[in-house]
Amino acid sequence: MTSNFSELRLDRVTRRFGGGKGAHHFTALDALSMTIRRGEFIALLGPSGCGKSTALNCIAGLLPVSDGGIWLDDTRIDVLPPEKRGFGMVFQNYALFPHMSVARNVAFGLTMRGLPGGEINQRVQRALDLVQLNAHAQKLPGQLSGGQQQRVAIARAIVIEPPLVLMDEPLSNLDAKLRLEMRAEIRRIHRELGRSTIYVTHDQDEALSLADRVVVMKDGVAQQIAEPLAIYSEPANLHVARFMGYRNLLPMNLRSTDGAFATLEAGGFALRARAMQPLGTGQCVVAIRPEEFEIVAEGGENTFTAQVSNVEYCGRDNIVDVQTAAGLKLIVRTDARLRAGDTIVLAIAPDRALAYPDDGAGASA
Amino acid sequence: MTQLETSSFDRSLLLLVPATLFMIVLFVYPFLYGLQLSFRPAEGGWLANYAKFFATDNLWGTIGTTLKLAVPATVINLGVALPIAYQMRNKSRYQKWITTLLVIPLTLGTVLIAQGMLGYFGPKGWLSQALQFLHIYDDPIRLTHNYWGVLISLIISGFPFAFLLTLSYITGIDPTLPRAAATLGASPWNQFRHIYLPLLVPGLAMAFALSFVQAFSVFPSAVLLGSPAGATRVISIAAYEAAFEQYDYSMASAVAMVMGLVQLVVVVAILSARGMFYRGPVSGGKG
Repeated sequence: MTSNFSELRLDRVTRRFGGGKGAHHFTALDALSMTIRRGEFIALLGPSGCGKSTALNCIAGLLPVSDGGIWLDDTRIDVLPPEKRGFGMVFQNYALFPHMSVARNVAFGLTMRGLPGGEINQRVQRALDLVQLNAHAQKLPGQLSGGQQQRVAIARAIVIEPPLVLMDEPLSNLDAKLRLEMRAEIRRIHRELGRSTIYVTHDQDEALSLADRVVVMKDGVAQQIAEPLAIYSEPANLHVARFMGYRNLLPMNLRSTDGAFATLEAGGFALRARAMQPLGTGQCVVAIRPEEFEIVAEGGENTFTAQVSNVEYCGRDNIVDVQTAAGLKLIVRTDARLRAGDTIVLAIAPDRALAYPDDGAGASA
Repeated sequence: MTQLETSSFDRSLLLLVPATLFMIVLFVYPFLYGLQLSFRPAEGGWLANYAKFFATDNLWGTIGTTLKLAVPATVINLGVALPIAYQMRNKSRYQKWITTLLVIPLTLGTVLIAQGMLGYFGPKGWLSQALQFLHIYDDPIRLTHNYWGVLISLIISGFPFAFLLTLSYITGIDPTLPRAAATLGASPWNQFRHIYLPLLVPGLAMAFALSFVQAFSVFPSAVLLGSPAGATRVISIAAYEAAFEQYDYSMASAVAMVMGLVQLVVVVAILSARGMFYRGPVSGGKG
């Protein structure tokens, strides 16, 4: 395997568990197709059980695919065992070899390739420099902190100069502060080496900040494959919207559509919203981020009066629970100083209220 | 209210009393009693029993005889248990059944095993008859009342123990470690050689020590399946003869002390060799 490939192609990659018969049979990954270009950073994003780790393990060769194929340029690789694919993988629990020093951990992949000792030492040194761990080369993994272990795992995966680096929730075992630091570190290493990376996470901030493209998954199916900006501001469906922090999901009825926009109403108030999908017969859900509301002085188009029921102070701004005259409960983020009982007028720009056909799943993610 | 008092005596330590009493009454006292008894021989100075043991061929030779049975039995048991347990490391439908099947001999007493072996491996047993019937081996084969009978019995009764121990050590190793090794280019053999084996050494040493001690104290099968006067005159037979044929409890105690000492020497040697290897957590990090 060489790092001079131009693309990795997933062609309807499917993974089923539980053999052929009975109710135990279930599809963890359903026909995932996408093409990953050289140097690209891809994030697989979704809640646990959505199939993102299954996808990663199929690519790594740790799980056989049930259907479809994986191609590295013109080579079909889904038939190869993991040791023949040569992808570097970073595991959620790091999977450092506890009986080997940091240097031997990093050298392992090179030793398996039978490289001469001098070259191994040189490359290990360079990899440890990159993750700033040269001072700890002779320690055992058990003597390192979580963040240091994480960096050893990254060094071990990249030292073999793999065409593709796979990361399975690499930051989920770290505390919040370290997670931010390591996120920047991963971005820096990716920039310096330009390795194609597939990164699995359930944290949308991680996915948005790291990736060139994000794959949002649910129940084994890719819901949307797009750049972070598009995922964030134009979720392809209600599921993606829920997952991307559209916390206000208002069930409304379609009244009329005009081009990309639609007018919807519920409980006596009407809203103009952007139609993100064909809205069908009428039952719709309008998704709005808490921070997209504006507090205005008086009513106009897309405004409504609401009463503040609870204020949660968050430092930079507040999370405010409000209730409209029609009894609709909303969550608003604002830096305005409000108190429970205040009456306010809220406005929402029509292109920031996203209308989707109701998928029947309610507000649950 | 004052501050919580910090008592100088942790009362939960009292929970140790029953176990300690148990150990003192059933182990420490009998051991010390036997030890002092061994220094009070029927005749001669306080070391006379030990002098006699090491001067009499059919006494001190039992150490070699017993080692010749216990060491191969332990090596074979572990040597066979390791690959089977390694194959069984991943949960599968068959794992439960195979494990059950392999462990059944553990529930059989030594005497029951001996009884079965006499019927199966004896000169007129099924094995011998089957081999003769198929003209594979025409002379009567003797696998009982000699060294081989005892060795086979030690393997049958000792294998489940070695297997269960080894299996528990192997399944205790974080399965993401060999997966990580595979992504780094390690073939299945290299995954075993570089990941499993080094992490297993301490456990295998422990299993070896325990299996060895068990095999070294062999008695019933050496009598029932071996030739207790000759090739399988193991050390426990010597102690038995001293105690219950010559009624020389002092001599019997001395033999038992020698037996314990040999076991101790082997176990200490194995466990200190274990110290040269990595001993620590067998998982790959936090989580």
